[in-house]
Amino acid sequence: MAVKFIVSRYNSETDAKPYFQEFSLDIPKGATLLDCMNLIEWQQDGTLTFRMSCRSAICGSCALRVNGHARLACKTQAVDVVYEGAVKIEPIGNMNVIKDLAVDLEPFWESLEKVSPWLMPDESIKYEKERLQSHEDQLKIDHASTCILCASCYSDCNVLNVDPKFLGPATLAKAQRFVFDSRDAETEARLDYLSKLHGMWDCTHCAECSTRCPTDAKPLSRIKELRTAAMSRGFTNNNGARHVLGFRESVGGFKGFGGGGMLNENYIPIRSVGFFNLDGIFSLLPVGFRMFIRRKNPPLIPHIIEKIGEVRKMFRRFDEYRKESK
Amino acid sequence: MKYALFTGCVAKGAGRELMASTIYAAERLGIQLVEMKDATCCGAGVIQEDNPLLADALNARTFALAEEQGLDIMTICGTCQGVMRTAQVKMDDPKYRDKVNSELKKDTGRTYAGKTKVKHFYQIIHEEYGLNNLALRVTRNLKGLKVAPFYGCYVLRPHEYSDTKVPDRPDYLEKMIGAVGATPIDYPEKQKCCGFPILMTNKVNSLQLSGNAVIGALEAGADCIVTPCPLCHLNMDSYQPEIESMLGRRIGLPILHYPQLVALALGASLDDMKLNTHIVRPNKAMESLIKKD
Ligand code: SF4
Ligand code: SF4
Ligand code: FES
Repeated sequence: MAVKFIVSRYNSETDAKPYFQEFSLDIPKGATLLDCMNLIEWQQDGTLTFRMSCRSAICGSCALRVNGHARLACKTQAVDVVYEGAVKIEPIGNMNVIKDLAVDLEPFWESLEKVSPWLMPDESIKYEKERLQSHEDQLKIDHASTCILCASCYSDCNVLNVDPKFLGPATLAKAQRFVFDSRDAETEARLDYLSKLHGMWDCTHCAECSTRCPTDAKPLSRIKELRTAAMSRGFTNNNGARHVLGFRESVGGFKGFGGGGMLNENYIPIRSVGFFNLDGIFSLLPVGFRMFIRRKNPPLIPHIIEKIGEVRKMFRRFDEYRKESK
Repeated sequence: MKYALFTGCVAKGAGRELMASTIYAAERLGIQLVEMKDATCCGAGVIQEDNPLLADALNARTFALAEEQGLDIMTICGTCQGVMRTAQVKMDDPKYRDKVNSELKKDTGRTYAGKTKVKHFYQIIHEEYGLNNLALRVTRNLKGLKVAPFYGCYVLRPHEYSDTKVPDRPDYLEKMIGAVGATPIDYPEKQKCCGFPILMTNKVNSLQLSGNAVIGALEAGADCIVTPCPLCHLNMDSYQPEIESMLGRRIGLPILHYPQLVALALGASLDDMKLNTHIVRPNKAMESLIKKD
């Protein structure tokens, strides 16, 4: 059966903006989307431009937006993405298009460089042969190490779409790979850098990255690991980390006191901007006032669950764990 | 039909209109709800970042409470739904569940057997109650009301933790909007992120994300947005004045919680839905519907 391939075309040197062109193709049995793209190029229009190399999901060059979401053309069975007889093919997002489906990946590479994606060991330690690592330690960086730099995550990241300065998912996954590397000596400096604006706390958890990632790298999971590492090593002087502390304290209490089992929505914003940050607190006033006028403000006396004792006990015991592990 | 209602924090705090309209809608539909007054915050993915095991134990406690009641859980917050399903999928691995249970038991004597189901109100309407059943109970004709669905991330992604069938092409909200007689509006941002989780970290980015969604819906001709997540609601409603001044344009698009749209179709008054507590007031399209009867 003939399937309609609706393909985005654009030549940055001659076209004002991209347009769609339709091709009709019978999908051969077992063909990947990349096979189909090749057939279209060979048989129907030799000027169609797209990137490919390995054809086996290793090189990371064939990422495309298929029906609006990034994926590897060579790792996709074409029939699986046909809806109502058609499939829509666009270049990956959050980058400028050079021609048709080929984008300028420069911002992606530039972002990666910002986190020094190489091992920085303690050079003063002399090893007989190479720097060995236990299997257990290797597993901590195993997921991130599978990244093939295809930029699928970069393409569909919600925050990058509004802020090109955000480090972005692949870069943060790469950062996790070195922060958790037992042989690296710059862990603290790395975490400090990642804690800044446009860094790890700017991710919204939208999970587009992990959903689109064709490997085990799953950036959102790595971002969560980075944040856990930052919290446990005390990198808490920023709004993102203070927001986490606000949750912990309003649900489970502070040093064994208080905690209602539920969020105290009046406490969290003030805790997040910082108790002594007058500008920050001032910026919360308009929304607070609006909500108060509409009787939408959170109750001043926060809700406390019935058997709060159980929950405070849990938090206290986990605090003990934390102290022990330090 | 009877469920343990997990309210989440927002329905008890800054989103009490969500609670009111849920109770209203459930009563009219004949869905019995027993509020879980002893359940904790789900952690919203935030406590999870401080201490994943503790956060899973908190949710295991909630599941254990529902099991003690012999009920499945109904959530009314997209974020709670996603976070709690994630915890469940992790604990479907018996080894990990044992680990969490051994922690939970120390402080509470409770354990989670892995039985209770967690479903959002919108899944329950869709999969268990039935849209036909809902349509039969509609008393207020919403014909002509153009409603833009906004899903929120947590009920859709990551796919392995989502119960939404074909999460890249969800139709739950559209089908409900149709079943109550209104018209669903399609627009590019309906599956995107509202930005709420970074409101305290990077307000400009956060509000730009909400702004894109609200303007996308407005430009597609929507009279209002409906969302199953009260956090999306907070960013798009409570912060809409900030979005307007940031983007330098007037928006005035009302944002409804999922149960509010259901309640509206079942004849609720502005007061029943606590619609007057919203920052964005009902517009002409909505008011004329309510006044008609
Ligand atoms: S989860 Fe974070 S990094 Fe991943 S796509 Fe969403 S905003 Fe970007
Ligand atoms: S993290 Fe995944 S999606 Fe992102 S570049 Fe690496 S392999 Fe591709
Ligand atoms: S061609 Fe190499 S990953 Fe697809």
